[in-house]
Amino acid sequence: MALLEVKGVKAYYGQTEALHDVSFALEEGGITTLLGANGAGKTTTLRSICGMVRTVGEISFSGRRINGMATEEIVRMGVAHVPEGRGTFVNLTVDENLRLGSYTQGKKDRVQRDLDLVFNYFPRLKERLQQQAGTLSGGEQQMLAIARALMLAPRLMLLDEPSFGLAPLVVQEIFRIMRRINEEEKVSMLLVEQNAALALDLADHAYLLETGNVVMSGPAQVIKNDEGVRRSYLGY
Amino acid sequence: MAGIDKNLRWAGIVLLLAILLPFIPGVSDYRIFQLTLVLVYAIALLGLNVLTGYNGQFSLGHGAFYAVGAYVAAIMMDKWGMPYYATVPAAAVVCLVVGFLFGLPALRLEGHYLALATFALALAVPQMLKHKSIEYWTGGVQGIVIIKPDPPFGLPLSQDQWLYLFTLFVLAILFLCAWNLLRGRTGRALVAIRDHHMAADTMGINTALYKSLTFGVSAMYTGVAGALGAIAIQFVAPDSFTILLSISLLVGVVIGGLASIPGAIFGALFIVYTPNIASDISKAAPWAIYGIFLIVFMYLMPTGIWGGLRKLAAMIRARRNAS
Amino acid sequence: MNWEFVLHQATSGLANGAIYASVALALVMIYTATEHINFAQGEMAMFSCYIAWQLIDWGLPYWVAFFCTIAISFAGGVAIERVILKRFHNAPVLAVIIVFIGLLVIFNSIAGWIWSTVLKQFPSPFVDIFPTTKLVGPHQLGVVLTILIILTGLYLFFRFTPLGLAMRAAAQNPVSARLVGVRVNWMLALGWGLAAAVGAVAGMMVAPIVFLDPNLMAGILLYGFASALLGGISNPGGAVLGGFILGLLENGIIVVENLVGVTVFGNELKLTVALIVVIAVLIFKPSGLFGKVRVKRV
Repeated sequence: MALLEVKGVKAYYGQTEALHDVSFALEEGGITTLLGANGAGKTTTLRSICGMVRTVGEISFSGRRINGMATEEIVRMGVAHVPEGRGTFVNLTVDENLRLGSYTQGKKDRVQRDLDLVFNYFPRLKERLQQQAGTLSGGEQQMLAIARALMLAPRLMLLDEPSFGLAPLVVQEIFRIMRRINEEEKVSMLLVEQNAALALDLADHAYLLETGNVVMSGPAQVIKNDEGVRRSYLGY
Repeated sequence: MAGIDKNLRWAGIVLLLAILLPFIPGVSDYRIFQLTLVLVYAIALLGLNVLTGYNGQFSLGHGAFYAVGAYVAAIMMDKWGMPYYATVPAAAVVCLVVGFLFGLPALRLEGHYLALATFALALAVPQMLKHKSIEYWTGGVQGIVIIKPDPPFGLPLSQDQWLYLFTLFVLAILFLCAWNLLRGRTGRALVAIRDHHMAADTMGINTALYKSLTFGVSAMYTGVAGALGAIAIQFVAPDSFTILLSISLLVGVVIGGLASIPGAIFGALFIVYTPNIASDISKAAPWAIYGIFLIVFMYLMPTGIWGGLRKLAAMIRARRNAS
Repeated sequence: MNWEFVLHQATSGLANGAIYASVALALVMIYTATEHINFAQGEMAMFSCYIAWQLIDWGLPYWVAFFCTIAISFAGGVAIERVILKRFHNAPVLAVIIVFIGLLVIFNSIAGWIWSTVLKQFPSPFVDIFPTTKLVGPHQLGVVLTILIILTGLYLFFRFTPLGLAMRAAAQNPVSARLVGVRVNWMLALGWGLAAAVGAVAGMMVAPIVFLDPNLMAGILLYGFASALLGGISNPGGAVLGGFILGLLENGIIVVENLVGVTVFGNELKLTVALIVVIAVLIFKPSGLFGKVRVKRV
């Protein structure tokens, strides 16, 4: 059974239909990427999964239908969304941001263990613990966002443009850590990226979105070598 | 232009009906008095609507300007023996100035802050009116009793009928002025300031001047209403002008319909008659019924009566086109 | 100069200030979470106060009635948000203001209906606890202590508990808060509950000083507004300080008037003092003394 299944989903902003008929499935344990140009509907797809936009069709997570549920309830089922723009609580400290991630987990000893786990991946955050999150650099804020999502102990992580606005070296570092989290913590990932080359290197499966429809899918290596994709999205 | 002609024709028909209203047999003087109050509140609401509906500034304190207008009329008639009709322009001028001056600080305030400042004004006014330093003029807590005017030229009308017609006359003039003002350049400037303050600035609209002038004009309308109201009720006292009056006015504007001239009439009907209906439902707690009305109303018709009617009309039209 | 008089005015100013501070805090709690100013806050507190009076009248010991009232007010605040305001989350600002006004008249009217508008005496529990000194009355001392305890409790709650943290997060950034699984709508309702509870305490502290009647809180609410503005409406700590400053200022005026021998404001124009403070703050320092200047992106 697929971990996440999206079947014939249309999404709406007010009256405007932003996704026309999107279907795809995601297996447990892997990294899947959604590729597409600006405005193709990648972010909307992630937001649909999280119940942040009105949808028609069927979205199910580990066999349970989730569209129509409130965002916070979907999150509590184990879907962690690292949103576009990182969603940092800028006026709270780094420590508070992280603790919020474990808000749904309850137990105190559990929180400390999760914090240690997060510091293992992001040692830099440990140094910044008492700093206001708004004063972090862009890369650090992105790390904080992923770390906060990790504190939720999720089964699926949705990542919206984690490379956005960051220097190439920082991006490489973050992507390395994402790979480690996927392998060591068994967190499945759905990655949305403009930087198709980077995404295809990390992912094992890929879907291509064009103006609100899925137009191609397959193993990342196959997609990468596709002539059309190479010309339109990889630029060589 | 056809639309404007149509609007004017409708307004003419409504005005004609309004003139005939007090002469329908069986309409008692008390009913006419109530209708006069509807007209009075309609003027006040139009003033507040210019500010809130068109210019997007909230006031929870227009009762203060209503009170100033009422006291100007009462003092002129009681202390100086002036005729009632002379007090109306005087109240207009005084309130224009007071409103403009209060509007100057209002330039810097937005939304809630202005609501707060005006709320504070409304709460403070009754205390100020009671103060002993001006007791000679205001009559202190006792207030001032004034005499209801007789119809002029020996016209065969009752006092209430005459006062109704006089108020209607003032209302017609003020509505025409407002309509003229709001459909032209000025109206567009006000709406531009409401919707896009910054953009209005860059387009060369003097937002500061417009905003405080709007406050002044709005206070002027409300002040005229205050003067007419005082003449109709024949009495002013500090406790007639509590926060409840200001609240009623804002309620009337929102219920009637923001940024609509006919909305002022609906709003006035609401604030004059709903308390009566409410006290028919519950003698013990009429205001509780009124409060429930307000909440349910806002839930069902957040754009007010006029907005609701327009939506209904649009729906009917759409259905007709579809079939 | 009569130093005893001055000191006495200062302590009673602090006691009044404590009450203004708690009303201001209740306003700020709802404001930071929803950007709405709750015009019904005062009437809610007044209503709570009547509930306390009723419980005491039925023979409950004061402190039992006190804590029952806080619990009832908390539940009432939560209920108001969940039943009524929930339906207006996406409504225009003016519609919400009208709803607050509706609540205001409902509470005012129902209180008058159930308990009549006749003035009622409300007991102070502190008269038996603290001795009367020349400097400070027992009730005033009790008020300051009670409110300081409550403020400290709230501070600790918001600063150090996961629930308090979640409430702050929900107020600051509701979208992100949802994404970490915070039930934002319930946080709003809890905020309303806390605000109602704090308001109830303020009411029970005021009522022994003046008499209990349905218009108990109108003036206090205005002072609460003024305090919140003075301290910065988005800053809870500032609002509390604003309350104390305003309490001192109010009595400072009395001292000065006494000294000079001219009465300008006296008791008759207390509300005007608040009006002047509101307008002065709005003109000269709209962000308040301790508030952050909000920079708007264009």
